[in-house]
Amino acid sequence: MQKKDFGLAVLIIVVGAVVYLRNPLFLSPINLGNTANLIGLFGLFAIGQGFVIMTGGIDLSVGSMIALLGVLFVDMVGKYGVPWPAAILVVILVGTLLGLAHGLLITKLRMQPFVVTLCGLLIYRGAARGYTGEATAGFPFGANYPALEWLTIGRSFGVPHSFYAMIIVGTVCWFVLHRSVFGRHLQAVGKNEDAARYSGIRTGFVITAAYVICAVLTAVAAVYFAMFTRSVQPSSHGNFYELYAIAAAVLGGFSLRGGEGSIIGVVLGAVLLQELQNLVNLLGIPSSLNFAVMGAVILTGVLADQQFNRYRAKRRAMIALGVLNRKEAAPRQEQAAEIICPD
Amino acid sequence: MTTKEDRTRPLLVLENISKAYTGVVALCNVSMTILAGEVLALIGENGAGKSTLMKILGGVVQPNSGHIIIDNVRYDGFSVTESQSAGIAFVHQELNVFDNLDVAANMFLGREIRAGFLGLMDVKAMHAAAKPLLRRVGATFEADTPVAALSLAECQLLEIAKALSIKARIIIMDEPTSSLTLSETKTLMSVVASLKAEGIAVIYISHRLSEIEECADRVFALRDGRAAGELGTSDIHHDAMIRMMIGRDLNSLYAPPARPVGEAILSLRGVRTRAKPRALVEFDLHSGEILGVAGLVGAGRTELAEAIFGIDAILEGKVMLAGRPLRAASPRAAIEAGVYLVPEDRKRAGLVLETAICENVCLADLYAVSRHGVVSQSLMKARAEDQRVKLDIRTNDVMRKTAELSGGNQQKVVLGKWLSMRPRLIIFDEPTRGIDVASKVEIYKLMRALADAGVGVMMISSDMEEVIGVSDRVVVLREGEIAGSLSRSELSEHNVLKLAVGAN
Repeated sequence: MQKKDFGLAVLIIVVGAVVYLRNPLFLSPINLGNTANLIGLFGLFAIGQGFVIMTGGIDLSVGSMIALLGVLFVDMVGKYGVPWPAAILVVILVGTLLGLAHGLLITKLRMQPFVVTLCGLLIYRGAARGYTGEATAGFPFGANYPALEWLTIGRSFGVPHSFYAMIIVGTVCWFVLHRSVFGRHLQAVGKNEDAARYSGIRTGFVITAAYVICAVLTAVAAVYFAMFTRSVQPSSHGNFYELYAIAAAVLGGFSLRGGEGSIIGVVLGAVLLQELQNLVNLLGIPSSLNFAVMGAVILTGVLADQQFNRYRAKRRAMIALGVLNRKEAAPRQEQAAEIICPD
Repeated sequence: MTTKEDRTRPLLVLENISKAYTGVVALCNVSMTILAGEVLALIGENGAGKSTLMKILGGVVQPNSGHIIIDNVRYDGFSVTESQSAGIAFVHQELNVFDNLDVAANMFLGREIRAGFLGLMDVKAMHAAAKPLLRRVGATFEADTPVAALSLAECQLLEIAKALSIKARIIIMDEPTSSLTLSETKTLMSVVASLKAEGIAVIYISHRLSEIEECADRVFALRDGRAAGELGTSDIHHDAMIRMMIGRDLNSLYAPPARPVGEAILSLRGVRTRAKPRALVEFDLHSGEILGVAGLVGAGRTELAEAIFGIDAILEGKVMLAGRPLRAASPRAAIEAGVYLVPEDRKRAGLVLETAICENVCLADLYAVSRHGVVSQSLMKARAEDQRVKLDIRTNDVMRKTAELSGGNQQKVVLGKWLSMRPRLIIFDEPTRGIDVASKVEIYKLMRALADAGVGVMMISSDMEEVIGVSDRVVVLREGEIAGSLSRSELSEHNVLKLAVGAN
């Protein structure tokens, strides 16, 4: 765990403690379960967003994608009787193709990620609304899918399965990003694409893969969301979810310039966001202020982190000078070993 | 406006300046005086503290202790505004020009001349004001020329003209000639002389000692963040400067080859690149020799290197590596064939600066330091540690950020990346640009050792001293074509230049 992640974890605990003291319901099993479910749902695609932001890109299309894929999934299973495993596969496949399209437009045709995925946001939302004719897509009355429901909205030991899903996905992604060769390549590409290319890394492939990972995780999240809401209202389902994902990543220490961030960070970011939503509900703050609270917390968090780092750098400089002055009397050779001068 | 300044009166005095960065001391009790109308050369290895000293003069960095005296005013903290109003101007190594604007707009950026009650820009007045300044620096371009159309050398003249426009009394030039050709360097030298004649002080920072011999009145050396001595006009010699910079004598800069030239390692036949589609390139590089590639800026040297390395496309022709066709459609393919490039711009293309040294060393060959696709931190560290020892990279920990190293040590990290693999041909593109003398010598030795070991060594350089000293044979490019090849005995500045410019 990096220092940054630790700070975020402390913040989550502090906020949690404050909310609990004001309203003990915060730690009630029902509230914890519901919050864990939301953390799982949002965490799933926030992790995906992390991969894209790692490359220095951004994916604005995830909210619309959740609506479009959700509509497709509900219709396939509810209307056309497609077996649900097959439907999940189709949804993931469509997600893969959309991510591939984003990646190829960005790497091969050199379009800007913001533009490509902004157009995705508009297109997928429009497609979802057009396909359903603005009608809400839902399962037939009384329909039951025991296995699917167990998998998505079921609980084990009181913990919702969406949360388990996020933990499993998060663990795999942690290995991929922080331990695998691909992850190193991804970080190198995010920090300095040119140097990565000159070192023989297939930068186009790496960037495209990040968009595919993001879209696939979004597709998985889309299934969970569809099962959670049971019906998909194509014009409002998943609205602004891309912003939740970006916010979680930024809170988790990702830099929008690329190359920085950790999976633990983005997961903790997702946790904090849901905790804040919960705070708004439990402390009786008007829910209309929801976004304002979230924005204020993110701004303060990022600002505090930056100021803290600056303070630390300054202190280290002063310490170094102090060391020098104390050693002034000592023989010169010793100093040469101690002091490394930058250019 | 050109008040005749008293030539012996100090324009600027630095007293006991000290500065430390995060955990690192950059300057320690440095005192320095600059007189009006003198050219003060500031020398020192990378990491000696030159850049920090200049940043303090620019007001960008505040010293932790010590002060600056200008016109009998004592400053403890020196801000950017104070620096500018004191008449200190910079001509940077990396030029700060905006190529979407024209010359006059660049010159008056932030100080635009305004007219009318709306305060709109008075473009005409700016052009008129720019003209005489451009003449003073001997520029041949006009005030309304778009900066995108200027060469690097012309941009530099623009920066000098800009310094004149703010009535600068001290102009600091940081490695001004590192990207200039020989004739451009000569122009710059004459500009420096005319600035001096006007009573302007020039602080000239360079690693090119012959230029300093030519233009400097006084030399001030820094070593490990401390003043390492001064030389008056009559004492400015190569050896004296090197001794001050590194604190000892350098025996010989260049080593002769240890073995006779062998068979061809790299052969180009009828090659046309996408960058220079009309030029036909043919040459051989043999084992045991260092092949220098010379030419003017824009002659297509880097483009040729990048085409061989697979960054840019080769349109037609054959590239043979040790008798086998080399088809490098991407850097990855080139690297797999054992063809490596040490790029010209190490900050952009050579290194991921904001990451650890060991990450950079292993970046091109991560599979070799991983088990089943999982990168092993210990293998990575061991590999980097190995290169740190072999190349004498000056750091106590390979986990440190590469950005914390000096330029010479950063370049060693780039070399370490390739040397830890299996090189068959290494293309060095400006391998010693902005690097201190001691590191330069180490890199020359390394190139020689590689050549002696049978690795193909191709060196692109704009530093004439280096081209002639290091290479066993030189091919000269002109407008993308091979203008000629010179053997060791034919090598001279005159011969290289003659081929480069195409004069008879």
